[in-house]
Amino acid sequence: MPSSGLELLWQVAPQLGRGAIQTLAIALAAILCSTLGGLLYGVLGSLGRRALDALLRFYLELFRAIPLLVWLYLFFFGLPLLTGVSLSSFACAVLVLSLWGASEVGEVVRGGLQSLPRAQREAGLALGLSTWQLYRLVLIPQALKRMTPPTINVYTRLIKGSSLAVLIGVIEVIKVGQQIIERTHEHVLIYGTLFVFFFLICYPLSLASRALERRWSYA
Amino acid sequence: MTFDWAFLLGTLPAFFRALGLTVELGLIAIATSSLVALLCSSVLLLRLPVLGVLVRAYVELARNTPLLIQLFFIYFALPSLGLKLSGYSSAIVALTFMGGAYLTEVLRAGIEAVPRTQVEAGMAIGLSRWQLFRHVILPQAGVFSLPALFANFIFLVKETTVVSAVAVPELLYTTKNYIGLYSKTYEMLAVMTALCVLLFVPLSLLFRALERRLRHAQFGS
Repeated sequence: MPSSGLELLWQVAPQLGRGAIQTLAIALAAILCSTLGGLLYGVLGSLGRRALDALLRFYLELFRAIPLLVWLYLFFFGLPLLTGVSLSSFACAVLVLSLWGASEVGEVVRGGLQSLPRAQREAGLALGLSTWQLYRLVLIPQALKRMTPPTINVYTRLIKGSSLAVLIGVIEVIKVGQQIIERTHEHVLIYGTLFVFFFLICYPLSLASRALERRWSYA
Repeated sequence: MTFDWAFLLGTLPAFFRALGLTVELGLIAIATSSLVALLCSSVLLLRLPVLGVLVRAYVELARNTPLLIQLFFIYFALPSLGLKLSGYSSAIVALTFMGGAYLTEVLRAGIEAVPRTQVEAGMAIGLSRWQLFRHVILPQAGVFSLPALFANFIFLVKETTVVSAVAVPELLYTTKNYIGLYSKTYEMLAVMTALCVLLFVPLSLLFRALERRLRHAQFGS
């Protein structure tokens, strides 16, 4: 029997670590997909096509208005019924977080692109750049500073949101923690550790976002 | 697959109670969080030495951890420290813990957005500290904070869905419970979606309208 809390923590560390990797895998996959999807969303939203804007707006409002957990349930329980495709709970968590994150990152990207002076776009077009070149060489590099801090904030929300995966049955860090508690009854120690785990990931990101925002707000 | 309308209608009373509970939890959380935020932002505004550090630590801790962990800690871990709360109480405490921190941050940002010259002008015409706060800082900080404040209120109502994890019979718990008991997944998801749209979409639209009005309010002043 382990005598102290630290000793117990040392013993269960490998098990908790495997759970943590699952949690981080969900979060990282969602962050990656959200970033790519968000860039696409932002560029499409800055083109100024009415119908496209309305469509993106609808998508954004839908994912903003309805809570994340509701989307998780809808995809996890509803998707197999409607389409016959049954996703694993892991894939389902990544998909829902990505769809949500892409709309949030997308709004940040769209806002960043639209905040640039119109002359930048016009000058690029006057030089004969293609739309692809215009965005890659002129607009996105300039908007990057304005986009980065709020995008990091979306990342921390995605990491926090990944905790909800336990509620559709993913065996991630919280579930593993609960299994350890069932064996050891060390509620405070394990939930305290989980608290610290998420804090240690999210807090540096929040600090980075704030520091970058301060540094770049005069740029 | 057949859609079992009779079953759906039979569960409606339970679902409306659940919706009521969701709204109730949301309103209580908004009230208690606002109270915590008012206290915490006063501490920050008055630059109290030790309390200020504590408040800042609390805000960072609550904002950088998931609500679910906060909720589980309160519901499962606090009893071994001698504090046993029901699911309902845990839900309110957890929502207040998180919401208070978010709203503190909103109020702090609003107060900091009031130009320094406004405060100096107030002091120059001989306003007392309280008058300065009441007539100069509060009205302007209020206008600056309102959109973010409302966004966070809506956020809190949405976050109440998380407390389904500690068996509080709100919207999501009721849905999951019925799916587990009767396997009427289709029908229950339909009811849940309908009620969610009914509750959250108007909130969202209301917020947009408010945001537009307040943006104009700032220009006129």
